[in-house]
Amino acid sequence: MNDRTANPRAWWFVLPVLVLVAFNALIPLMTVVNYSVQETFGDNVFFWEGLKWFEQVLNSDRFHESFLRQLAFTGMILAIEVPLGIAVALSMPRKGPWVSVCLVLMALPLLIPWNVVGAMWNIFALPDIGLLGRMINGMGIDYNFTQQPVAAWLTTVLMDVWHWTSLVVLLAYAGLCSIPDAYYQAAKIDGASAWAVFRYIQLPKMKRVLTIAILLRFMDSFMIYTEPFVLTGGGPGNTTTFLSIDLVKIALGQFDLGPAAAMSLIYFLVVLLVCWIFYTLTMRNESQ
Amino acid sequence: MAKIALQNLKHSYMTRTTSADDWALKEVDAVWENGGAYALLGPSGCGKTTLLNIISGLLVPTEGRVLFDDIDVTDTPTIERHIAQVFQFPVVYDTMTVYDNLAFPLRNRGVAEDKIASRVQTIAKMLDLESSLKRRASGLTADGKQKISLGRGLVREDVNVIMFDEPLTVIDPHLKWLLRSKLKELHQHVGATMIYVTHDQTEALTFADSVVVMHDGAVVQVGSPVELFEHPRHTFVGHFIGSPGMNVLPCEVHDGSVIFADAVVTTATPPASNSIDGRLEIGVRPEFVRFDTGGIAVEIVKVDDLGRVQIVETHRDGYTIKLVVDEDQEIPSENPRIAFNPDYTRLYVDKWVVDHEQ
Amino acid sequence: MKAYKWAVPALYIVFLMLPIYWLLNMSFKTTNEILGTFSLWPQEFTLSNYAKIFTDPTWYNGYLNSITYVVINTVISVSVALPAAYAFSRYRFLGDKHLFFWLLTNRMAPPAVFALPFFQLYSAIGLFDTHLAVALAHCLFNIPLAVWILEGFMSGVPKELDETAYLDGYSFWRFFLRIFVPTIAAGIGVAAFFCFMYSWVELLLAKTLTSVAAKPIAATMTRTASTAGYELGLLAAAGALTIIPGAFVIYFVRHYIAKGFALGRV
Repeated sequence: MNDRTANPRAWWFVLPVLVLVAFNALIPLMTVVNYSVQETFGDNVFFWEGLKWFEQVLNSDRFHESFLRQLAFTGMILAIEVPLGIAVALSMPRKGPWVSVCLVLMALPLLIPWNVVGAMWNIFALPDIGLLGRMINGMGIDYNFTQQPVAAWLTTVLMDVWHWTSLVVLLAYAGLCSIPDAYYQAAKIDGASAWAVFRYIQLPKMKRVLTIAILLRFMDSFMIYTEPFVLTGGGPGNTTTFLSIDLVKIALGQFDLGPAAAMSLIYFLVVLLVCWIFYTLTMRNESQ
Repeated sequence: MAKIALQNLKHSYMTRTTSADDWALKEVDAVWENGGAYALLGPSGCGKTTLLNIISGLLVPTEGRVLFDDIDVTDTPTIERHIAQVFQFPVVYDTMTVYDNLAFPLRNRGVAEDKIASRVQTIAKMLDLESSLKRRASGLTADGKQKISLGRGLVREDVNVIMFDEPLTVIDPHLKWLLRSKLKELHQHVGATMIYVTHDQTEALTFADSVVVMHDGAVVQVGSPVELFEHPRHTFVGHFIGSPGMNVLPCEVHDGSVIFADAVVTTATPPASNSIDGRLEIGVRPEFVRFDTGGIAVEIVKVDDLGRVQIVETHRDGYTIKLVVDEDQEIPSENPRIAFNPDYTRLYVDKWVVDHEQ
Repeated sequence: MKAYKWAVPALYIVFLMLPIYWLLNMSFKTTNEILGTFSLWPQEFTLSNYAKIFTDPTWYNGYLNSITYVVINTVISVSVALPAAYAFSRYRFLGDKHLFFWLLTNRMAPPAVFALPFFQLYSAIGLFDTHLAVALAHCLFNIPLAVWILEGFMSGVPKELDETAYLDGYSFWRFFLRIFVPTIAAGIGVAAFFCFMYSWVELLLAKTLTSVAAKPIAATMTRTASTAGYELGLLAAAGALTIIPGAFVIYFVRHYIAKGFALGRV
């Protein structure tokens, strides 16, 4: 974005985008803000409540719990998907007929509707009819994700790893493919070990795409709703009730619009804040 | 330091070879003396990078052997060959400082830190990089990065050969000359064998004591810049080196004399026999053609004034003959006739020179 | 070690394929077999689940609905993102950076936050239960994504191309449509791929904004699971069929997938 010419008329180019996104973003956001500061008993009658809902949400154990669950889940899947994705990308062939085969097969989970992913994992992991459930129980481990919190949790994580690691693979692979052969040849001549090649050539070159990968995975996993909802329904108990699931429960299940709206805004702000911090940190690092 | 010998080298990137075109390198034999400065010159796709990669061990040749100081290293891995290479596009380790970049090859070989420090200082001084040692390598300009690449080679004391693969491609034109003279100076200073790959004749001729001209996967001539200019052994060398390139004109041989445009042309070496098989051509550089009232009649098509010299383009029987004449020389306006300097006019059969001297 | 390097992607792909295989396996079984016995492949191979889907309008309409709104969304997103991305990559204008970042923040909005307001908004303007409603709602996250990807690709095209075309007397739109768009065809393909993907896989908003007429296949599936008892074979067959459009699209853009995000700017 460096050598761009000043052109105020460029606003006309952006206008359609602006109108469409603003229509979808601002009006609902205003609705949410509106709800978040009012109380309603139906019939479109509202009472001003100020910040009551925000205080209530921020002080509720329920919100704290689902928030911590969400953090733990996102942290866990990032810790698994990023290194695994890099490892797979590193060992993928760089050219030849197998590249297409790998890419197509790996991208497949990304294009399956999210509830189908949930349903698929449900029948895959069920202890009686599922392949995974049978296999684990066959090894003598008592496993039933519909009953056991730990099993439910691990199954959800495994499902997410299955679903999204490929995104990291594709991005990391794109980064690796952009490294010219000369770098590897120079490293050979300099006597660099495989680790040094990774540390000083591959990792720095992948940094940009990995930033994108981590940001996307953070955002999407923080918003995860459909897959765990279909797989476990948030259970057993509340063990896999992540923020979005909790939010929908409050808003559409209990129709507590005020608290739901307040929670929505807090939720949205957290995502924005984390993305912004991460973005600023990596950019500052880059400019040094 | 090493003498390099290439014996019957052939290379193909294909698993099976059916025709001559499948060979990236057709047949290369060469001996390069220890401490020499050599240039591999040729157009893109002539096989020079392939040859370079075979010497550095990044490629194993399909056939033939590579010897360093009479030891067969054909299958020796790159790291044991003790070579250094500077690539077309600068390779630096972006996240490291200039110092760490230079120290990298030594650290990989387990050299002690104090030894590394003194080595890096020496090399940095040699390359004028002292002031930027603490900076991130990614922040340097293209010529600075190329110096780092070179420095990573020089920093090792055991280097046999330093190879350059079109190292000035991304350098600003006004810095090319500076970096080139730096290389020349380093060669005298370090004394390692240096091989410089380029498609630019100026770079090759100024850098090297001996230029290896490659064409279509084969070496067509090895010689000093003067030899290549005055005595091209192949019409390709005539074309490729010199500006404008050598005039190559079809001719016939009758009764031991070379005939072009119904006139007898005297060549440096007369044809060995009266009838020679193959395509016959005479080659003469524009610098060795002059206007001569007793010569071959031509038609002047164009005159380019380049300042100190003028390049005159003439036609005869549909063939173009160029002349280089001094700026102050009069160009005949009527009935121009030209003659060739016999000492530098040669007969070529199927593109190779006819030469009995060897 | 190098010789066994292929094992990592191979094992990973096996891991990816196992649940998909199990889904296919289930889809060729009768409900009785699924609940009664456990077998690694169908003992009584049946296509009846697929037959049901292809003959029952509530099922196949679900597919048509999904594909309809996904295509509408992809067309809208890419066509409005093209001029916007061009503006971001070529011009400086008041608030450009803030606008770009604001667009991206919408990619970060959890759909769950917007589900209820969307329902009210689209009901109010009379678009509830139409394909257009879902297509427009998905613009929320797809337009920012398309702008982001296209801007990355466009910044890779040298400005000289534009300047030369103007010197040659091209009008802006003629240059844009005849020269520029073909130049970044790969980028458009990648952007369309990602729009298709995110619109195709999203369910929460699609389900909220439809009831009967535009109900997506994914929503049809969840309803079947709860109302018609546990027809697992049918569910599996429907799920298996939802993989096909995705697989088809990936195959066409396989050379560009890896590049797509690599060229986008953060």
